[in-house]
Amino acid sequence: MLDVVELSRRFGGLRAVDGVSLTLPEGGITALIGPNGAGKTTFFAMLAGFVRPDSGTVRFAGTDITGWRPDLIARAGLVRTFQITQPFAGLSIAENIRVGAFLREPSPAAAMDQARAIGTRLGLGGMLDRPAGSLTVAGRKRLEVARAVATRPRLLLLDEVMAGLNPSEIQEIVGLIREVHAGGVTILLIEHIMAAVVALASHAHVLAQGRLIASATPRALAENQAVIEAYLGHGAAARMAAHA
Amino acid sequence: MIRIIIAIVALLPFAVGSPFLVNLAMLTAVSAFLGQCWNISGGFGGLTSFGHAAFFGIGAYVVAILQIRFGLSPWLGLPAAFLLGGGVGLAIGFASFRAGLRGSYFALVTLAFAEVFRVLANSLDITGAGLGMQIRRQPGLITFQFVDGRLIYAAALALLALATLCAWHLRRSRFGAQLAAVRESEDAAAALGIGVVRTKSLALGLSGGLTALGGVLYAQTYLYIDPSIAFGSARSVEMLLVAMIGGAGTIWGPLLGALVLHVIADGARVFIDTPGAAPMLYGVLLLVVIWLLPGGIASLKLRRAHA
Repeated sequence: MLDVVELSRRFGGLRAVDGVSLTLPEGGITALIGPNGAGKTTFFAMLAGFVRPDSGTVRFAGTDITGWRPDLIARAGLVRTFQITQPFAGLSIAENIRVGAFLREPSPAAAMDQARAIGTRLGLGGMLDRPAGSLTVAGRKRLEVARAVATRPRLLLLDEVMAGLNPSEIQEIVGLIREVHAGGVTILLIEHIMAAVVALASHAHVLAQGRLIASATPRALAENQAVIEAYLGHGAAARMAAHA
Repeated sequence: MIRIIIAIVALLPFAVGSPFLVNLAMLTAVSAFLGQCWNISGGFGGLTSFGHAAFFGIGAYVVAILQIRFGLSPWLGLPAAFLLGGGVGLAIGFASFRAGLRGSYFALVTLAFAEVFRVLANSLDITGAGLGMQIRRQPGLITFQFVDGRLIYAAALALLALATLCAWHLRRSRFGAQLAAVRESEDAAAALGIGVVRTKSLALGLSGGLTALGGVLYAQTYLYIDPSIAFGSARSVEMLLVAMIGGAGTIWGPLLGALVLHVIADGARVFIDTPGAAPMLYGVLLLVVIWLLPGGIASLKLRRAHA
């Protein structure tokens, strides 16, 4: 589904993403984890066409999409959400979702029906006609997912859709992501909340200082020395072992 | 109910027939039409232009040149002006949006384009340079020249209806929804598959094409244009004032804005006969609206609906 080869991007002297290669199988849920500033969001932005890579290639469903415009990538079926939610504040929640549905459905009435159905499925049912600017953080995260799902993507990139949510909201959104996945969408998600990563992803990649340092099942990664040191600092793994 | 009142007020000048009232109604309708044109890109699309006079002037010169230089019917001027105004709008839009110009930078670029057109009209032979162009007076339907003010008013109303229909369609259509999405967040719109540059350029093209029709009506009404009448920045300012005072991004905003501006400005002229009083009043009015009603007069109704 997705083949990334040696993708790199620097900002001034900082190598934000440094030669990252990975492959996503079709139909899976994969997580991308790593400490703050590791380059995860920049990596997503390059996949979706918002940041141009300095080198490397991105192949999506057999087509080289490196350097394409974001709208063309979305049209090809690769759609991202934003970590900092970007609701169309002046539009209602249903109208927000309908903008996504319009990608594949030209008729306004039919697109609105789809938007309402998706909004209801994603737990926004009671508030579809309210302005999107009035939503809480949890609501905005749902709206991000709903809008992206409405475009009928083949691959969905979810950028920290659980940050800032309370445990019960996290449980709900985990359920929603499972539902979207069950509908046949391949998912790659950036997430800090390990419980959610373990619950959702069959496979996880760890990014630290722009480089991919480990790839395994989420449970195995929790015991990986390199991963522990990336999060907690040099020597942390040894100290933990000594205390155990 | 509101629509019935609007219809009665709009038709009143035909019944009364007082030249003062007909003239006031015609000026108001033209203002509302031009404000609506600006509103299509500036309100619905959030593309704040300071240079819509460029499109108005193109329309005025196109119809004058077609008649004077080529002896063609002014009726041909309507589609020609629409196409040329629209084409220039598309081109200015494409060039500025591709370069990533937004907000006040875009506003300045449009202002500069209008000035470029004014300078060109001032120096080219085909536009009659600084002398301007005089269209030969031959009243008649075929020549698109009307002596009876009520016919000019009817033409202005027809244009206003056309532009309002476009705004109404933007509220409902796929393109309108995509334009609103781009206005609210370009990144989110692009992530959902919307071509941002294309959408904004098309909006400016549509607005520019319609605005050029206003220039045609002006030239056929007054039969004389020169570079500052056609491309002067006062026109651009009035267009955006009408839309913003009435309520940018709403369908009825420009109508309300034009009514308020003309009734106040022309009403004041009866009492205060000082030159420059009208622009001062415009300024005060704009300050009051921005201060108390940032969404324009049309937001009064919306506020009540939300409460």
